[in-house]
This record gives sequence, structure tokens and C-alpha cells, in this order.
Amino acid sequence: MDKDRHVSSVQKVPTGINGFDAIANGGLPSQRTTLVAGTAGSAKTVFACQFLAEGIIQFGETGVFVTFEEPPSDIRRNMQGFNWDIDTWEAEGKWVFVDASISPSDQEIAAIGHYDLGALLARIEHAIAKVGAKRVSLDSLGAIFSRFQDSNMIRSELLRIAMTLKRHNVTTVMTAERNREYGDIARYGVEEFVSDNVVILRNVLEEEKRRRTIEVLKFRGAYHQKGEYPLTILPGQGVTVIPLSAIELRQRSSEVRISSGVGEIDEMCGGGFFRDSIILVSGATGTGKTLIVTHFLAGGALAEERCLVFAFEESREQLFRNAIGWGIDFAEMERQGRLMVVCAYPEVMGLEDHLVSMRAAIATFKPNRVAVDSLSALERVSTVRGFREFVIGLTSYIKHQEIAGLFTSTTPTLLGGTSVTEAHISTITDSIVLLRYVEIDGEMRRGMTVLKMRGSRHDKNIREFSIDEKGMHVGKPFRNVSGILAGNPTQISAEDIKKGQLIQPG
Amino acid sequence: MPKYYLKLFVIGRTPRSQLAIANLQSLMRHLSGAGHEFEVIDILEKPELAEQERLLATPTLIKTVPAPPVRVIGDLSDTQAVADALGLELSTGHARGSSHG
Repeated sequence: MDKDRHVSSVQKVPTGINGFDAIANGGLPSQRTTLVAGTAGSAKTVFACQFLAEGIIQFGETGVFVTFEEPPSDIRRNMQGFNWDIDTWEAEGKWVFVDASISPSDQEIAAIGHYDLGALLARIEHAIAKVGAKRVSLDSLGAIFSRFQDSNMIRSELLRIAMTLKRHNVTTVMTAERNREYGDIARYGVEEFVSDNVVILRNVLEEEKRRRTIEVLKFRGAYHQKGEYPLTILPGQGVTVIPLSAIELRQRSSEVRISSGVGEIDEMCGGGFFRDSIILVSGATGTGKTLIVTHFLAGGALAEERCLVFAFEESREQLFRNAIGWGIDFAEMERQGRLMVVCAYPEVMGLEDHLVSMRAAIATFKPNRVAVDSLSALERVSTVRGFREFVIGLTSYIKHQEIAGLFTSTTPTLLGGTSVTEAHISTITDSIVLLRYVEIDGEMRRGMTVLKMRGSRHDKNIREFSIDEKGMHVGKPFRNVSGILAGNPTQISAEDIKKGQLIQPG
Repeated sequence: MPKYYLKLFVIGRTPRSQLAIANLQSLMRHLSGAGHEFEVIDILEKPELAEQERLLATPTLIKTVPAPPVRVIGDLSDTQAVADALGLELSTGHARGSSHG
């Protein structure tokens, strides 16, 4: 009980940094100092700047930026790409620099006798008073240790600065260098004196791919989400944290059914897909996954719903031409405002960036249905771990919107087999539809089955289907073939069936 | 003989400030030649001057004349070392240890 009361007494200040406040359970501890530690290139300076920038933009709070490393002119220029107009904010008295960077004219300064950092502290206090600052960033502490011999003096002086800032009722971010991604919190033992709150930024090389993460290591007396979360840096936006599991899953399971766009598939599913469910369609190349996506979109448009498709394998022209070939007019659906098509090459950006832009498209277009064709294409550009986080991030976001999501996944082998995509996604999907080639008498035919349909009875048969200029036609179940899903269909003669061999193993 | 102009930046009336001021006065007495001047600036009263000089540490002593400006930090407890660092000429007969430390 006492602990609870103590915890609730720590107020949080929302940083306004996209996604960060979700993993920090509201923001940074108010009127305290948080150490933000990271290796070179882990976006410490961007984070420190964004803390002030979002304060100005979103909350009308002024800030002081104390720079030990880069001169203010560099910071002003570097941050323009994020649309942070520091020049103007300085002119308006919203942002003030305390320039503690080394200028080229600074020569080696001799130290004769005892000294402290009183001048720096006085300058920071002066700057806070000048603009009535609520936020202060110090970036980064390592640079000041390299300029003075006496590390102990610096440590105790930084503690004094942190205490003084607390008295001024400002919330502070101090950045510090780390030597390795997994090791000591920071160089020079910085964490020992500002240890109450620590956030770690990482920029890890994993399977030859760069992966950025952020972790709230500790907030003294306050709650936060644990573990590493993916982070991306976007032009015009700055740091965006992808909260993944921190996204509150408050989706309610709807009993409302929607049409897949193919009557027979609706029947196989016991009356259609559920309105707020995730459907995975898996099959080898050419089995008809894009066709199912096309029907899914057309079915939505017919029901006067809005549909959004992310195509990572085919160009816009190809998609439209395919659809016409199956009797479906995407162009007309677009004109009616029922369809939005987003085509992108998976390779143009990292998965985190894809996720952010996909979420933005969903938030803007507000669709009732979302299709992704295919997830496997995105898997190519990512690490296993990064891909899993992407899939979780995307599905939880779609579920959060209470809309239907249909993803396709390409199996690596033509006959049977599963894809890595399925391994990551199968547990979070509500329905799984398998498409398979079936070789019978030297002829390739197509089979389909509903493998899983959460919360509903469904057809367990493997049905044959064909494709023509009207799209997909689902026919009768394969009756005398076994082993389709395993990829080695074996024909069974009527006699065998009579003899009851089907139920015998082997 | 050059004429020196020295500026000492301190914070308030702390013992460290007082010590630095006393050591500076002692240094002034031992400078060779005449007509040297010095100034003591309390940053708490004029923080904008600390900003202008981009000071971090206190006490800081800056020799502004003759150019180029040169600075040292600390309580100036070793007069000879201060003179060496700032390139100041001391009068002959100056003995080490005459300053306070």
C-alpha cells in the first residue's frame, strides 16, 4: 500500500515524442533528471532536441538546450530536417542555447588550484530564468569529462546541477555516451549520480541490418514498460517509438460477419469473416492469393465499405490489370472513394518506417478493411526479430482500429510447406486460409481449405477451385486424394476406400 | 614593458572566490612594470558576461590585454604557474610560495 502511494506521487511529463510516452507510462518523471544513454549514432541529440521541440509545439513549454559537443549553429542546421525551426523559437524566446561546446579558438586551458563548474550552472540558471523554461536538455556529458582533468569534480558538479534544476521545477534530459550496446550504463560512471531515471538508446547491427531500439531501464518510484522497443527516425517527425505490446489491446470480438467477396469462402467460414479479425492467406506463388485479396476488396466496396490495400509485390498497373482480368474494376472503386491502393517496394525503407507509414495511411484513410499483399515480401528486408515485431505492431494496430485485416504469405515451396511468416503470425491471426497446388494425374489443380476460424465452426474440407474471367470459383472437395497439405497428394482408389485403408496409418 | 589587463570571474563571496581574489592581488603586486589593471566580476550579478565569454569553470582568469586573450581556471594558488600560463612577466626577486594556497 505504501509503495503504491509512493509510486503515484511521481508525476509524469508527457514528452510528446511519438510512442515514447506509451512505453514510459505517461512520460518522463516530472521535475527530475533522466539520463538518456547511448552509443555513438544512437540518436541521443535528436531525442534531446525533440524533448524541447515537442514541448514548444505541443505544450507551449519553453526550453533550454545546453550543448557540450556540437555548436548551436550545427544543431540548428541538423534539426531543420525534422521541421524544428530553432532559429524562430530562439527569436520568440521559446528556446535558448547555453553554448558549452569547444570552439576552435579554445586553447588548452591550464588549471591552477581548485575550481568548479559554477559558471556553467549560473549560465543555465540565467537561461531558465530568461525564458521561464520548463524543460532542459544537456547533450552530452562525455564531452565535458574530456575537457577537465578532475572527473570526480565533474561528477559532483553534475549532481549539483541536477539538484539545482530540480529546485527550478524543470524536467531534465541528460545524454551520455556508452561504449557498447550491452554493458555499463554510461561512460565515466555518470549513472551513479543521476541514477534515478535511465533510458537507453541502442543502434545494433543485427544480421547486417541496423536496428534501433529504446528501453526505459528505470524510473525511480514510477511505472514504465519493460524491455526494448523498436525506434525509427523519420524526416519531418524525429524519433518515433513503436510501442508494440504496450498498445492496449482493448478490441472487442465482434460477432458481425463480413463477406470475403466470394460466396463459397463465406460458406466455408460459417458465414463470412468476422468484422474485426486478422485473416492470413497462405500459398505458393500463383495459387491465387492476390485474387483473394482482390475479391476481399471488391466485397468491401460492394458493402459500401472503405478498403485499403498495401501492395509490396506488384505495381499499381499490374494490380488494376489483374483485377480487370477477374471482372473487378479497381479504378471505379477508387473514384467512389471506396478503395485506396498503396504500392511500395519493400526495399525502399526499413520495416519500422514501413510500419509507421502504414499506420499513418490507416489513420488517414480510415478503412473498414485492410489488405497486405504480401507480408513475405517485407520479410526479405528485415531480421527475424525485426519482422516479428513488425507483424505484432501491425496486427495490434489494425485490431485496435476494430477493422478487418487480410494478409497474404508466400510459401517457399510450390507444394505444401509453410512460410516463416506463418510461424510469426499464426497465433495472432483469427483465421487462416491455405491455398495449395494439387497434382492429380499429371495435372496441376488448385485446392483451398480453411485451417482455422476462431470463434466459429467452419468447413474442414479441402475444396478445389478454379480461376476465370469472373474470378474465383470454389467447387467440390477433393474426395479421393490425401496428403494435399503435406505437399504429396496421393490418389486413393475407390477400392481402397472400400477396404477402409484410409483410416490405417502408412 | 607591456601593460596587462586581467579579468577574474568568480561566483559570489565563497571562500574559493575570496582565495582567488587574494591570489590575484598578490600576483598583481609581483608583476614587473607598472600600470597593470584588473577587474573582478561576480557572475551571479552579471551572468550575461559569463555567457558572452562562454565560461564553464570558476574561478576563471582571463588576460585580455595584450591580445590574444588567454585564460586559466582555478583559485590561482601558484603565482609562477599563473604567470607562465598567461605569459606574464614577474619582477625579479619574486619568490615562490608568496601566494596563498
